[in-house]
Formats: sequence, structure tokens, C-alpha cells
Amino acid sequence: MKPAAFEYHRPDRLADALALLADLPNPKALAGGQSLMPMMNYRVLQPDHLVDLNNVSELAGCTPDASGVRIGAMTRQCALKESPLVNRSLPLMAEALEHVGHLQTRNRGTLGGSLCHADPSAELPTVCTALDATLVVERRGSQRKTSIHDWAMGYLMPAIEAEELLTQIHIEPWPAGHGWSFVEFARRHGDFAIVGVAALLHLDAKGRIERIAIAIGGCADKPVRLTLAEERLAGGTPSEALFAEAGVLASRLENVLTDAYVQESYRRHLADVLVRRALGRAAERARQGVPA
Amino acid sequence: MKTMTVNTTVNGASFERTVDVRTSLADFLRHGLCLTGTHVGCEHGACGACTVQLDGAAVRSCLMLAVQADSRKVTTVEALGSPDALSALQKAFSDHHALQCGFCTPGFLVTMQSWLDEAPPDATLTDEQLRDLLSGNMCRCTGYQNIIDAVRAVLRDRQASARLAPTT
Repeated sequence: MKPAAFEYHRPDRLADALALLADLPNPKALAGGQSLMPMMNYRVLQPDHLVDLNNVSELAGCTPDASGVRIGAMTRQCALKESPLVNRSLPLMAEALEHVGHLQTRNRGTLGGSLCHADPSAELPTVCTALDATLVVERRGSQRKTSIHDWAMGYLMPAIEAEELLTQIHIEPWPAGHGWSFVEFARRHGDFAIVGVAALLHLDAKGRIERIAIAIGGCADKPVRLTLAEERLAGGTPSEALFAEAGVLASRLENVLTDAYVQESYRRHLADVLVRRALGRAAERARQGVPA
Repeated sequence: MKTMTVNTTVNGASFERTVDVRTSLADFLRHGLCLTGTHVGCEHGACGACTVQLDGAAVRSCLMLAVQADSRKVTTVEALGSPDALSALQKAFSDHHALQCGFCTPGFLVTMQSWLDEAPPDATLTDEQLRDLLSGNMCRCTGYQNIIDAVRAVLRDRQASARLAPTT
């Protein structure tokens, strides 16, 4: 359970980190290390060069900008959880963070690290999927933006090259008064969820669903949006019957995983139950209309 | 480079050591500094036995490299108290039989102490909050209830002292 030998680099500036990733063979960027270090200890990953980002202070922090909220990829989960900006503007993320790991792992783990690990049942990628996050990916000399919906290509496979770095996450908050809910089922609190659901819902003046987003993690090999259910619910008035339809649609997702612990049928059952539960809570909050 | 010099402060004392860069912080503390109070259980961040404080924050030392403690302050269970002078938390663990084999105990103590050090003296926790706080530490002996009881006793004593303390 010791990692294979590697060379270690600790740049202070983003430009230096990008140069190292561009010039070195078989590099890997180290964020909070809460997933990468176990994978290296298991020797699932054996990078020749580890580029530690923990001293690159320009990658951490969370600030409002013209288009919404800009979160540096190295912003730690504990900082997000305590951020007034996140709690005010992104209450869905704040609620999901209650389920993310434990005190010790949140003290190190980062938003960018979670996205780059791309575990299909991790909470933060599911939240970013519901919120239509835009990711900024940089390499030496150039920058590109990509949608969260084009990010995960499959289990633990983010669409990023070895010499690239996820540097920022941009999220446009939903309007004040929207409803939100993150619910999940895990064997033990703090574990990766078996299934997790993020729901956002905004009602018009007549109480009809004006805008809705439902993302589900842990079912397929990446978090997915329940577009069929979103289309079915848009314009409707929240009710148990309507949400039950969404639950049925969720349980009919394609490519649902089976593994040694959890069968596909159980994941489908959880998808149904959790989607109904998340929508119910989100609608309740939207009806209260209390600005988030 | 595959080795590197680390300057770190552990339990108030400064150390300069040259280490293999792949050495975990947990192994460095145990083998490099002979601080064997930090226990290594799972080596992949699941059990919490290796919890130490990095600049006051509880972290898993099996998931950090020793070189990442460079220029940082590390606190291990050895700093909490001594056999002759147990800390309030250690005393409470002893009084409430909050350990049996003791392997997980350093992790629980260091995690809980990081919260106690940050929280105001009259701070309280619901059972749910307390269990959530300690959910990153596994214990296979006690069933956790005695650990909860021990922490409850410390919180009660702190609150009583806070009430008695003269206000300025």
C-alpha cells in the first residue's frame, strides 16, 4: 500500500504548473489527494511526475463575477461548505456538501479534484450537472471552456488531457426564490452514494413549474440529467402524482450499472424514490419562495 | 527529485529531514520521527486512524505526503497529553470506556480535539452533529456509544466552566 516511486514538483504559480504538465512525461496533477493518493497507494495510478497544486494560491477561492459564481478548482470542500456566497447563491451545492465525505476529507478535498476524479456517484459532479456548470481547462498558452455535460466520458474518465488542468468552475445561480434539494442513499453517511439526486425548481406567479433541472448520480457511468422528466414536468403544477411520473421516468434510465454490491434493479428503485423525494422538497422550498 | 528536504513543526518542535518524496506523512511521523501514536489502518483514507492536525485542521495523514507538511504545523496525539497528565478528552475516554483495543483512539482524539480547539467553550452539539463529526473515524470495538458519551461529558464540563467563568 505504498505508491510507486515518482518525482515531486511543487509550483507556486499556475503558469509553472502548466509548464511542468506540458514538459514532463506521464505527469499527474495532485489536488486534495483524497482520491488520487488512494489510487496511487493501490498502484492503480503510477505517475512518473506528481505536480502538487496545493501551493498554487491563485487556483483557490470562490468569487462572484458577471455571469455568476466563479470557483477556483483548488477550492477545498470545507471552504465551499462555509462560504457565505455558496450558501446564499448555490444552496443546492451547500446541501450536497453535507453528504460529501467526512470532516478530514473535506479539509483537503477540492471541487476540481472531485470533478477530475469523475466518480459517477460523487455528489459535486451531480450538483454541477444540475447547475449546468461551465469548466475552464487550461494548458500552456491556451484555455478552453467546456460544459459539464461534455465532461465525463464514462467511469473515472474526464475529458481532459494529461497536460491540461481544470482551473475554474463557473456556475450561474438560479433566481432567488427557487427550490432546491439534494438527497442520496448511501450505506453509511459520508460514503459515496449508491444513488444521489439533485433537483432545482422555479415556479411562476401561478405556481407552475417554470424551470426545472434534475440530475442523478450513481445510476449510469456518469451523472446524467433526466431530460425526459424535466420536459414532462415543465409547465405543470407540483403534485405527488406529477413527481411520481418523474420517478417512473428516472427508474427507466438507460445503462444503469450493476456491481458486486448493488444490482441494477435496486439502483432503479432508488432512482424512483429519490427523484420523488428531491422534487417534493424542492417544490416545498420553491412554494415558500424564501430567497435562497 | 525523488528525495527532498522537509522543514516542519511537529507538536511544537522543528524538524529538518530528507525524505523519499513518496513517503506518506503517516509513515514519516512513525518511522522518521518515532511518533508511533499515529496509527496506520487502511492506508487509503477510509478508517481515520491516522488522523493528525495540519495547521489545526484534522486530515488523514495516509493521504498526504511528508513533503506536503513542509513549512506547516503538524499536531499528533502525542501533543494532547501524557500518561501522567491526560487531556480532558483523554480522561473522558478512559472514564467512559470509550476504547477497547485502542487502535482507532488516536484518530478519534485528534479529530475531536480539532473541533474542541475551534469551538467556543459553551458550544454544544446535537447527537446527529456529533456522530457526523466523528463519522470519518471507524471503531470496531465500542459500537461508538461510549465514545459519544465521553465527548458529551467533555462538552458538559466545558459548558459548566464557561458558565462559572467571570465575564469581563
